[in-house]
Amino acid sequence: MSGSFRLRDVHFGYEGAGRPALAEVTLDLDPGELHAVLGPNGSGKSTLLRVMLGELGATRGTVEFDGREIALWRRREIAREVAFVPQSEPLAFPMSVRALVEMGRYPHTGPLGRRTAHDDEAVDDAMRRAGVSELSERPIDTLSGGERQRARIARALAQEPRTLVLDEPTASLDLHFEMETFELMRSLARDAGFTVVVATHNLNLAARFSSHVVLLSGGRVEAVGTPEEVFTHDGIERVFRWPVAVVPHPGPGPDAGAPQVLPLSGGSESAEAS
Amino acid sequence: MVGPVPLPLSEVLRALRGAADPTAGTIVLELRLPRVGLAALVGAGLAVSGAVFQALLRNPLAEPYVLGISSGAAVGAVVAMVFGMTATSVVALPLAAFGGAVLAMVLVLAMAGAHGRGFDTRVLLLSGVVIGAFFNALILLVINFADVETFRAAMLWIMGSFAGASGEGVLSLGLYVLPAVALLFALARPLNLLSVGEQSAFHLGVEVTRLKLVLYVVTSLVVGVCVAGSGAIGFVGLVVPHALRLVGGSDHRWLLPGCALAGAGFLVAADTLARVVVAPAELPVGVVTALVGVPVFLWLLVRSEGLG
Repeated sequence: MSGSFRLRDVHFGYEGAGRPALAEVTLDLDPGELHAVLGPNGSGKSTLLRVMLGELGATRGTVEFDGREIALWRRREIAREVAFVPQSEPLAFPMSVRALVEMGRYPHTGPLGRRTAHDDEAVDDAMRRAGVSELSERPIDTLSGGERQRARIARALAQEPRTLVLDEPTASLDLHFEMETFELMRSLARDAGFTVVVATHNLNLAARFSSHVVLLSGGRVEAVGTPEEVFTHDGIERVFRWPVAVVPHPGPGPDAGAPQVLPLSGGSESAEAS
Repeated sequence: MVGPVPLPLSEVLRALRGAADPTAGTIVLELRLPRVGLAALVGAGLAVSGAVFQALLRNPLAEPYVLGISSGAAVGAVVAMVFGMTATSVVALPLAAFGGAVLAMVLVLAMAGAHGRGFDTRVLLLSGVVIGAFFNALILLVINFADVETFRAAMLWIMGSFAGASGEGVLSLGLYVLPAVALLFALARPLNLLSVGEQSAFHLGVEVTRLKLVLYVVTSLVVGVCVAGSGAIGFVGLVVPHALRLVGGSDHRWLLPGCALAGAGFLVAADTLARVVVAPAELPVGVVTALVGVPVFLWLLVRSEGLG
């Protein structure tokens, strides 16, 4: 299937770290779905994305994209299929938003770097979808954290991928753009048939928008399935070590009934007692 | 084509056509022309290398001289000379300087990288200064055993000078610098991507490990042969790329060719200044570039600290 990740018994350990960052991870991530990767800090969300994308080599097990071992893909080739939006990136030299987004065309242009009309169209379209068209000529060092994040999403879309992987894309976004980003990710998966994988701390938006949830704890897959299957009271309390109530979204709207997590007051003692 | 002996422009042009009187002809063709050629090649090479280092390390303060890489190259060259290789050797001397540059680079990057992921500006600069000081001490140790005249000549060379320019020297330097710089021009697009981080460049389709290796090797070679040709001239790789970024932004597709031209012009001008200010004596050109470069460096340092 085009745009699918297959992980089989994947292990990964950072040098000098005691326990492995990932252990016994077996997953199938298919197209047409928004996959949310959830888990507490240090549970291995970012590591999972990096191993999945070939940035880090699994110490054991296999990772395949589209039926081919991830390490065998040439970078330019896979960059036309899979785009990645990092949590943050260094900014050594000033450049305009448009110049940043145009970087997304790199895997599509030849060694001479000749730009076609289609390249310009793809860049315009990506900037419009990510809502940064009006920022086109602004230097990125004058943007807010959220605007910068949207510029990086635009750059990923300019790659014209079929698969989009995002690491904490909404961490610095306000409510409006956070909702917009999740709406965009859902529509890419549901309407355009993308494979979208998002690592996030926002449990409630993940529960409303995603169709498939991977819950990590200590580098292992704690639960995997639909939001309804994964968002159990006991499971969430155990993994996040905090008392919670899991209640259905009150609506109105299409997400009515989706499980929502309300952290209760009380702290770690009562969670351990329960 | 300016120098301590005043020659009118018409005389210079006539000399270039081979129609001037013999003295003017000698001055122009055998002294000034090679010297301008050498300064232009070294200026182009150092400025382009500086711009590439800055993108590789994502740090506007990175520069071969500041990072101690020029000093490493100088040690390589001095060692080669001590073992009897002539200053005009086309292969051995540049290769020895290249080896020194690579050694210095490996040491600096290992020291700066020992702190974990990514390079902290302060640790990087400190590593460069310390490694540079160590290599400079090695050079002084070696030339201390030489006779007074060699010592003077060596000191002049260490501070950077084009006084030894010859036609063959320019040709052999060009043989290395021109193809290397052309290769760097060709890598301008992936280099652009590298400046937003190696992780992002990787996911945008750049074979990051291979690209970095090629860039480090080629820039070390350019720095090595430039130092072998004219000594360690500092700050060209800092001042020129920075000035050009202020004018036209940081897209390497124009920045690198711009650096080649402006770097060449900058060193030719600095060398002319060095020759005429205290004529008939002359200053090492490295003194002129440092007088211009240090204030720019300090300004950049203060500004980058201000940004956090």
